[in-house]
Amino acid sequence: MNARFLRHLLTVLLVCGSSLLALPVRAADEAPDALIKRLSTDVLDNIKADKAIQAGDYSRIVALVDSKIMPNVDFQRMTSAAVGPAWRKASPEQQKRLQDEFKILLVRSYAGALTQVSDQTIMVRPMRAAVEDKEVVVRTEIKGRGDAIQLDYRLEKTPGAGTGWKIYNLNVLGVWLVETYRSQFAEEINAKGIDGLIATLAERNKANAKKG
Amino acid sequence: MKRNLCLHLPDHMGVGRAMWAGLLLLFLSLAGCASGPNANPRDPLEPFNRGVYKFNDAVDRAVLKPVATAYRDATPVRVRQGVGNFFGNLEDIWSFVNNALQFKGQPAIDSLRRFGVNTFMGWFGIFDVATEMDIEKHTKDFGHTLGYWGVATGPYLVLPLLGPSTVRDTVALPVDWKGDIVSSIEHIPTRNTATVLRAVDNRSDLLKASTMLEEAALDKYTFTRDAYLQRRRSVIFEGNPPDEDGVDKLSVQPDPAPAPADALTPVNNNSGLPLDQKAIP
Repeated sequence: MNARFLRHLLTVLLVCGSSLLALPVRAADEAPDALIKRLSTDVLDNIKADKAIQAGDYSRIVALVDSKIMPNVDFQRMTSAAVGPAWRKASPEQQKRLQDEFKILLVRSYAGALTQVSDQTIMVRPMRAAVEDKEVVVRTEIKGRGDAIQLDYRLEKTPGAGTGWKIYNLNVLGVWLVETYRSQFAEEINAKGIDGLIATLAERNKANAKKG
Repeated sequence: MKRNLCLHLPDHMGVGRAMWAGLLLLFLSLAGCASGPNANPRDPLEPFNRGVYKFNDAVDRAVLKPVATAYRDATPVRVRQGVGNFFGNLEDIWSFVNNALQFKGQPAIDSLRRFGVNTFMGWFGIFDVATEMDIEKHTKDFGHTLGYWGVATGPYLVLPLLGPSTVRDTVALPVDWKGDIVSSIEHIPTRNTATVLRAVDNRSDLLKASTMLEEAALDKYTFTRDAYLQRRRSVIFEGNPPDEDGVDKLSVQPDPAPAPADALTPVNNNSGLPLDQKAIP
């Protein structure tokens, strides 16, 4: 059971990495499921064509994340949800540092997943949502070896015309990314406050960077 | 197959049915006394669990991980794939039983077909022909079956050597062992070899993941627990679990300062439901 669970966890981690990168270039007010489909395919193709990313070139990965993925993610909402109620008490500088460090943590620790992309295909499942919905869940499946990998996105409609949809949470194999960090962040905040959490994140990022 | 029940259980683990029940009782009795002031409601045994987690981690570092690394470095990738496929094929037959117990027709048929195709066309499962034929894999164990029929998970539990579990999944475990072809092999040396090979092969698959876990988690124990509990729950609801009270409220967290207020407030949320309940079909 442990081994099977760990294998799931492996897939979670690997897919988190690839899917975080799976979200580039946005068109005006495209339907959210069409958006996810296009972005996933585009990013998978990009990775398959990029030898440097496959070899784990960190700077190339960061460039890809910044140019293609981050414009489609409401990272502030993601971070605030992971931080929980303490977010409101944080100063704007603290909020900015939390976002910066959390992003580095995710990109750095999941970067290795991108070397794993090979011949997987992505299928977007039919979406049930009303036209006026401002928040939707788009469900996708990645098919490769073994069980199909469930990969879902929560998206919000950004206000104003032509601003499109933004992703604010990600579910791999039934595990929501934000929820998985929530207890860990709460532990740090309870023990050492917001600054303690920032320090822990920064420290972890430094240690990860040293490992190459 | 007319053996005493205890003989069905893996002897190498040294746990008979009575002993298993005793262990379980011990775990449960700890529930009352182990919880601290900040206890997570789903993890009242946290202090105990952390102890076991630490022990498992030490064993992994000292034995399992080095062995799995050596195995990975010494064998060609195709061999390891074959080994993984072989054990995965044996798993499919147990998934068939559990999908059937949950009255899940297509997944049950798929699991049975996978087992048939891979056993007879894939050299006893060494080649995963079924996946090439687009027959989907639906892994299910007896803990899923209990959950499907409404048995609550009970507290989170970390088992020595076996890792993350819950009280429900632990109760189900002896049944899973009975359904596990490897642990029903009568020839003991063969059974032990197969068990060890499977464990090492599984661990070698996870070498990258465990490195990533080291990097991604602030607290590996909590990360593993929260991912495990969400994952188990999701499988029982076929990837579409209802919102859990309180778990999902964080998604609708209005953000005071920088974002405009209407960014998170729907214009016409007439339903009176929190947004996320609406968002889930």
